[in-house]
Amino acid sequence: MKQITIISGKGGTGKTCITAALASVAENAVVADCDVDAADLFLILKPHILFENKYLGGKTAVIDYSKCTNCGICKNLCRFDAINTIDDRITISEFSCDGCELCKRACPEYAISMIQSDSSRWFISDSRFGPMVYARLGIAEDNSGKLVTVVREEAKRIAKAKNSDFVIIDGPPGIGCPVIASITGVDITIIVTEPTQSGLHDLKRVVELANNFSIKPLIILNKFDLNKEMSEVIERYCKKNNIEIIAWIPFNRIFVDAMVNQQTIVEYNKFSELSNVIQSIWNKIQKYTV
Amino acid sequence: MITTGCRIAIASGKGGTGKTMVAVNLMYSIKDIIDGKIQLIDCDVEEPNINIFTKGRFNSEKEVAIKIPEINTDKCIYCGKCAEYCSYNAIIFVKSIPHIAVMDDLCHGCGACSYACETKDAITEKNHVLGTVSKYNISDKIEIIEGRIKVGNALAVPVIKAVKKEANENALVIYDSPPGTSCPVIETINDVDYVVLVTEPTPFGVNDLKLMVETVKKLGKKMGVVVNRIGLGTDDLYDYLNAENIEVLMKIPFDKKIAGIYSEGKILVDEFPWLKQEFLDLFKKIHI
Repeated sequence: MKQITIISGKGGTGKTCITAALASVAENAVVADCDVDAADLFLILKPHILFENKYLGGKTAVIDYSKCTNCGICKNLCRFDAINTIDDRITISEFSCDGCELCKRACPEYAISMIQSDSSRWFISDSRFGPMVYARLGIAEDNSGKLVTVVREEAKRIAKAKNSDFVIIDGPPGIGCPVIASITGVDITIIVTEPTQSGLHDLKRVVELANNFSIKPLIILNKFDLNKEMSEVIERYCKKNNIEIIAWIPFNRIFVDAMVNQQTIVEYNKFSELSNVIQSIWNKIQKYTV
Repeated sequence: MITTGCRIAIASGKGGTGKTMVAVNLMYSIKDIIDGKIQLIDCDVEEPNINIFTKGRFNSEKEVAIKIPEINTDKCIYCGKCAEYCSYNAIIFVKSIPHIAVMDDLCHGCGACSYACETKDAITEKNHVLGTVSKYNISDKIEIIEGRIKVGNALAVPVIKAVKKEANENALVIYDSPPGTSCPVIETINDVDYVVLVTEPTPFGVNDLKLMVETVKKLGKKMGVVVNRIGLGTDDLYDYLNAENIEVLMKIPFDKKIAGIYSEGKILVDEFPWLKQEFLDLFKKIHI
């Protein structure tokens, strides 16, 4: 079983549409949406939920004011600027609290306890292209990296149980904690980029991240005809760094039109040039994972 | 109309909807009608892009670091209390060998281990660099401040906190938020006066906007929406905004010419005067 993650650095380059398209040409794959902050893959794959699971998120400290003496020990120890005196009362900001529990341990009055959020969910589901695992991070929740790991582990477990050949992972934008959790230990990392100055800047950072994990990424250059000069700049950068561009995709309204129809770009028109490109990307992925 | 002493965040949920484009072009559109100082603060510390467009003159840079523990194994009595106090599993402790080690990348720098340790000098603290905060100037009046995490560092929030500390109370401050809806976004918008949400009228754009609207509501902030790339997608977005009674501040058409100018890292309102007027109108609609 091989794991393939699609990431981008910059958001909005076409990761999710391409992931969905790959899912529709892959045979015997499990799909995992690891962009848990803003999960969109389900809008195209329309999976049927089999199991809904609670995810226990980050902990937050709360004060029992019947015990608090306003001594300020917790406030002095907190390194996250989460404890302040507001209207002469020690107050913990639920948004700034990192959940380290130091205040709880240090409180001489045992006035602080931790509450754990359970508003995030993750789902095991069935789509028309096979099993899919995805999640919904609760509103204003943290710890998305850990939720990514839960989604990936479950997708792997299903893939092993069903003898699947691939796990296809839709990753989040950026280079932070959830991205690291999405690419750790995968067989192939694909970066979808676009020919803009921002796209190139973000590409360089995400390539560096992949290199830190000894991952050699493959590149898809999307919307390349929106700025052909920039596309050539990206091509030169990739050559210089010995990174293969596996596909050049022109700007195409099919991306949005297919999304509106809740279809993958391959389903929207099986015989389009775009569908051929997707098939060739999948052929290359198969070649590289043999 | 708002003037100086206000903080506005530009956020989106979905990535690539045009947050940075709106932040940069809003600043360029209003700079002549604002008397005081303007600060444009890049809180998208994983992928900061503001200064690609603004090309400000470098002023200064400083490192953002947290304090992480260093265990002196000569002094350590291997009681394991530090590992017990660590909520991040960043201290590996095996009593039987005995063995103790700190996983630097997992540590959040909370200081619980130092607090727990009762053996003198067994735990000392050292700086662990997470990223940088850099300042650039466009003019005496306009400052660009950029937070940037070091590649490989998973902790974005301390760098966002550090870059936000540079906000001047008397300036008009514009924050460019990271994408998503989780901790980096909350950290960016939790103390602003107004949130401008940038979206596109596609199914993905609508879905992620809904998540972001719920987040902004939970934080109790005022908000309005900029719809980018109209002409692509559907009308579902407008139905939702109507139902939620959320104001559309501005609409930007999908146009390959706009996409081309943007791709070169140029300022759109320099090329399209009509767009500058639209941004001025947007600014007038922001009520704090």
